[in-house]
Amino acid sequence: MSASHEIFGTTPFDGTVAMRGYAINKMCFSFNSAQNREKFRGDEEAYMRAYGLNENQAEAIRKRDVLGLLDAGGNVYYLAKFAGILGLDVQDLGAAQTGMTKEAFKARLVAQNKQTEKL
Amino acid sequence: MARIVGGLATSHIPAIGGAIAKGLQQEPYWKPFFDGFKPAREWLAREKPDVVVVFYNDHGLNFFLDKMPTFAVGAAAEYRNDDEGWGIPTLPPFKGVPELSWAIIDHLIAKDFDIVTCQEMLVDHAFTVPLRLFWPDGDAPPAVPVCINTVQFPLPSAKRCYAMGKAVGEAIAAWDKDLKVVTIGSGGLSHQLEGQRAGFINKPFDLKFLETMVDEPEWATQFSILELVEMTGTQGVELINWLAARAASQGPMRKVCSNYHIPISNTAAATLVLEAA
Repeated sequence: MSASHEIFGTTPFDGTVAMRGYAINKMCFSFNSAQNREKFRGDEEAYMRAYGLNENQAEAIRKRDVLGLLDAGGNVYYLAKFAGILGLDVQDLGAAQTGMTKEAFKARLVAQNKQTEKL
Repeated sequence: MARIVGGLATSHIPAIGGAIAKGLQQEPYWKPFFDGFKPAREWLAREKPDVVVVFYNDHGLNFFLDKMPTFAVGAAAEYRNDDEGWGIPTLPPFKGVPELSWAIIDHLIAKDFDIVTCQEMLVDHAFTVPLRLFWPDGDAPPAVPVCINTVQFPLPSAKRCYAMGKAVGEAIAAWDKDLKVVTIGSGGLSHQLEGQRAGFINKPFDLKFLETMVDEPEWATQFSILELVEMTGTQGVELINWLAARAASQGPMRKVCSNYHIPISNTAAATLVLEAA
């Protein structure tokens, strides 16, 4: 197995992505603080400007576009704090990223029990 | 001299903390997961470990991309959690063991692991959830947190994490205290939160991994990080915490109990308790 091969639907968060996403991730890291979350809710545009988000990043935030946020360099662990502001859980995010309904996404998870047991 | 009496591991899904806070352990969704802890708690009640060393990964509570350590060892008298951005309950502080922290730090550096040391660090759900699961009454023993980077690639290899855990075990064994220690590996097993591959689970890999943790613990170290991502998902790679925790015990181990349940949240949830044979 080559270490450089592509994995479907997966972009390892490496240095290139980490540089591209620094501003948006820094903003999302700030959401660890309840006070900052309130400030963001109060004026999203001003908050994004203060953290220097580029237009791609700002647009993905405005649209709540999960795959767009990842493309813009967002890291799942920091983006999770943005999802928290929106009241979304990881099944909501899974559904949004796979184009499924939440119910269908959850059913697909349960169906994984049917996988074979032998490697 | 201190002795490692057991190697523990469990998934650390944040929703578990919420389920505990709301008392949902016997609800049909949660029961198959929480019931897996009964034999673990009985074993802990018998063994009464004095100290626990937790290998875990921070999810953007304490560390940001401005300074991202590959390995970081806590050296504080106490550790606090925080709401992590989604209103996780704030827990009473967890007691640290600075003396053991420094024994581990000294030994790791002597063994060429150039770690970061933290006299202040917030601990996230990956540290708190396992302690709450194994000690539901909130009486977990004092702890040393050892944090492994799983946020920003390159991550340390499985082989390197195993070697680091082994060195931590040497430091514990050389610690001049007549105390019982357990290690905990936090996270996994297979799951992926982000991208079009979200929801990925690999049951046959997980079951093989669980089996090899008992008496073939180096099995998973043959794989590169990207191979592990492919086989276990972007978050399944947290099994490197399990490898480090397992490697701290180099003598033979015997399985006390294990549990595997699909799904909790988006995760194939697993629990494992091994004791020194």
